[in-house]
Amino acid sequence: MTEIRVKIDNVTYTAPEGVTILEIARANGVEVPTLCYHPKLSIVGACRMCVVEVAGSRGLMTACSTVAVDGMEVNTRTDAVVKSRRNVLELLLSDHPMECLTCEAAGKCSLQKYAYEYSVTGATYQAEPRDHDLDSSNPFYLRDMRMCITCGQCVRVCDEIVGASALGFSERGDRTFVGPAFGHNITDTTCVSCGSCVDFCPTTALTSTHGRNRLRTANIRKVTTTCGYCGVGCQINLLVDRNEILGVEPVEGPANDGFLCVKGKYGFNFVNHPDRLKTPLVRRNGQLVEASWDEALELVARKFSSIIDQHGRQSIMSLSSARCTNEENYLMQKLFRAVIGNNNIDHCARL
Amino acid sequence: MTNSIAEVKENDVLFLIGTNTAENHPVIWYQMVRALRKGAKLIVADPRETIPARRADMFLQLRPGTNIALINGIIHVIISEGLYDAAYVEANTTGFVELSRAVAAYTPDYVSQITSVPAELIVSAARTYAAGERAGVYYAMGITQHSTGVDTVQALSNLALIMGNIGKEFSGLNPLRGQSNVQGACDMGALPNVFPGYQSVDNPEIIEKFERAWGVKLSSQRGVRATEVGEAVGKGDIRALYIMGENIMVSDPDVAHVEKALKSLDFLVVQDIFLTETAALADVVLPAACFAEKDGTFTNTERRVQRLVKAVDAPGQARADWEIISELIRRLGHDAPYSGPEDIMREIAALTPQYGGIAYPRISRVGLQWPCPDEDHPGTRYLHSKGIARGKGLVMPVQHAEAQELTDADYPLILTTGRIIYHYHTRSMTGRVEGLHELAPQSFVEISPATAEQFSVEDGETVSVSSRRGTIETTARVTPRIKDGVVFIPFHFAQGNANVLTNVALDPVAQIPELKVAAVRICPATAK
Ligand code: SF4
Ligand code: SF4
Repeated sequence: MTEIRVKIDNVTYTAPEGVTILEIARANGVEVPTLCYHPKLSIVGACRMCVVEVAGSRGLMTACSTVAVDGMEVNTRTDAVVKSRRNVLELLLSDHPMECLTCEAAGKCSLQKYAYEYSVTGATYQAEPRDHDLDSSNPFYLRDMRMCITCGQCVRVCDEIVGASALGFSERGDRTFVGPAFGHNITDTTCVSCGSCVDFCPTTALTSTHGRNRLRTANIRKVTTTCGYCGVGCQINLLVDRNEILGVEPVEGPANDGFLCVKGKYGFNFVNHPDRLKTPLVRRNGQLVEASWDEALELVARKFSSIIDQHGRQSIMSLSSARCTNEENYLMQKLFRAVIGNNNIDHCARL
Repeated sequence: MTNSIAEVKENDVLFLIGTNTAENHPVIWYQMVRALRKGAKLIVADPRETIPARRADMFLQLRPGTNIALINGIIHVIISEGLYDAAYVEANTTGFVELSRAVAAYTPDYVSQITSVPAELIVSAARTYAAGERAGVYYAMGITQHSTGVDTVQALSNLALIMGNIGKEFSGLNPLRGQSNVQGACDMGALPNVFPGYQSVDNPEIIEKFERAWGVKLSSQRGVRATEVGEAVGKGDIRALYIMGENIMVSDPDVAHVEKALKSLDFLVVQDIFLTETAALADVVLPAACFAEKDGTFTNTERRVQRLVKAVDAPGQARADWEIISELIRRLGHDAPYSGPEDIMREIAALTPQYGGIAYPRISRVGLQWPCPDEDHPGTRYLHSKGIARGKGLVMPVQHAEAQELTDADYPLILTTGRIIYHYHTRSMTGRVEGLHELAPQSFVEISPATAEQFSVEDGETVSVSSRRGTIETTARVTPRIKDGVVFIPFHFAQGNANVLTNVALDPVAQIPELKVAAVRICPATAK
């Protein structure tokens, strides 16, 4: 592979041929702001936040879509660059509802972050705030298109990764917004409720329903673990407030590459369901009634022993579980093989 | 899987048979979508026009129960057009001559008659698969839940072998496993014929090894299989059953039969997180912790052993399954010297060759793929890179056989079953997630417009569906996405449960029930 040398803000970096200015900058810790760019999605160069000056070229270039060439000299912080970025932000903020106080995304919103960094208030171009009805048709996430900055990350993730292609750009008046075709609610589309668009949204246009008004202030612990549903084995962070799961975010695991499906992303509420079994139960006079662990386990041990005495070691069987851990399955087969004394153990792998 | 999930997006041809990957393994489907964006070709064989089928370059909408005929037809075309990898076949396989003789009869026209897939499509699917440099085959329960399931997998293996698509990065034969730890449950010897690591219970050396490790005498008699429970209970051979985390009253075929068996037991223990339909029949119910409430490991479909980390406390007095079993072992007079799952994993690693190098500190961030025989081994990304496990890959001809239950005048339609994206297995978890319940609240039966008309069924109306084993009521969903003469019912729901109807006919080798083909009839519920 040929190597090239590129100077960014007067420091020379080497990089493989064919990569973009943005990729070289990010790989070397040079901060270039972006709103529409995501390394896993196609490049559109639409938001123009990543503009930089390239020596010898007229006008500013978008770092995300400009392939670096050997000997290139790039400046990421000139007056022209900063002015251009501020103008992008002024325009975006001109019709953006300023609800940062109560906004779910405050603190992690890219728009808020750059407005702060570039000291932009949105006062330059006064426009009517956007007006869109909240789409709460999906039980797992809300769509508030007033907050949309049309970066299109949701459109691309839904199309390029999830394959659902539920979203697109629409026009209303002179304004573009993102959503299902013909102004439909999201539940009337091919959406599979995976929440990938929510995870990619840089503002609060798309937010999970669960955990609202709590996630920002709660003392969240992130616990990295494996999704409990299917055999893909996606890696997740459980967002835990004391003893309650408030949400799930995808982790870059080798199998899931940072993505989840609806079950992994939103299927966690059963954990706190009131129907959960909380005490052992034993059958008395035909009814299942609460019992202590001591009673229940003593009963099982006694019954197993007496059945072995009467009918022999082959008369007890176990169905183990494809939803329990390796350690638990190991112990279950050990219980049957080494303690009960047979090989009567199976699970429902075939079903 | 012989390959890794991360390899999927590098495929240039994807052949999906009996897997609705978009709904059952969505995140693997995402990888497939990325391959398609890079220009990969997609071949899908399924009786339903699933999400992948809609994206397919070639959609082979076959009659349920005819997978082997279809695969043999594809092999026929590949051999007769000379598209196979002769060098690989010569060097790495045995049985090719027998195979070519056996598939000679499976001409595209003949296969088309059996499967009802147009002959041209069979030919173009064969050419497309053969042209792939990095062709991956993916399959799931849609081909294994048949009385001929094992033969079907052999047919697919023949196909991959004659193309040399085994033991390579990016191409292989990839079963997609359903439940979170079905791979691990098998690896750990939750099977009646093998100890952990697929070590046979009738091998004297193996028995001796485990007897030494556990300090007891062990039985070399194969145990009772899950699918034999009903019969063994009926005969009085099995008197007590200990069920951990399975809801066989919804998931097993012929539910009426299962219920009868459970009720005739002397003693039933069920350990679960909810009072499932199965737990409700138990003599003792033990409350367990769920995945977020315990430590441990799961092994995913690409053989990767990954950590489960406790995030919250279990409700009330519920305990982790490993704690409950340990306590029971102690009460039955044996040692269970484990202070936590990590201790158990040490014992597993010592006795299971494939897991020899698995240790918690090594998998704290990223899991390892077995085989991982020792602590310096980096894990194995794709299998058979140094040749097929048993020396040469055995190409073994298999023949098409009709499903055990055929349609007739009384039961003129074929029922096939499966999963939908919003639910998992018997819904004991997903049915209790409000949003999932809201998006998919009830059972339904998919039926094509022509078949619906034939049986006077209207979209959205309550219908009754009967097989030789029982009758259920459910809601009709008329859709062109299902083949004429076939109906589909998801098996997640206890109300309108497809498994009241399904057949227990078993594959003679794997003992998998034929959940994918049963003969049924349908009529509006009011006309009953
Ligand atoms: S939830 Fe998933 S499928 Fe639905 S619109 Fe968002 S990305 Fe697309
Ligand atoms: S997030 Fe979805 S695809 Fe991933 S393991 Fe969980 S259920 Fe499977």
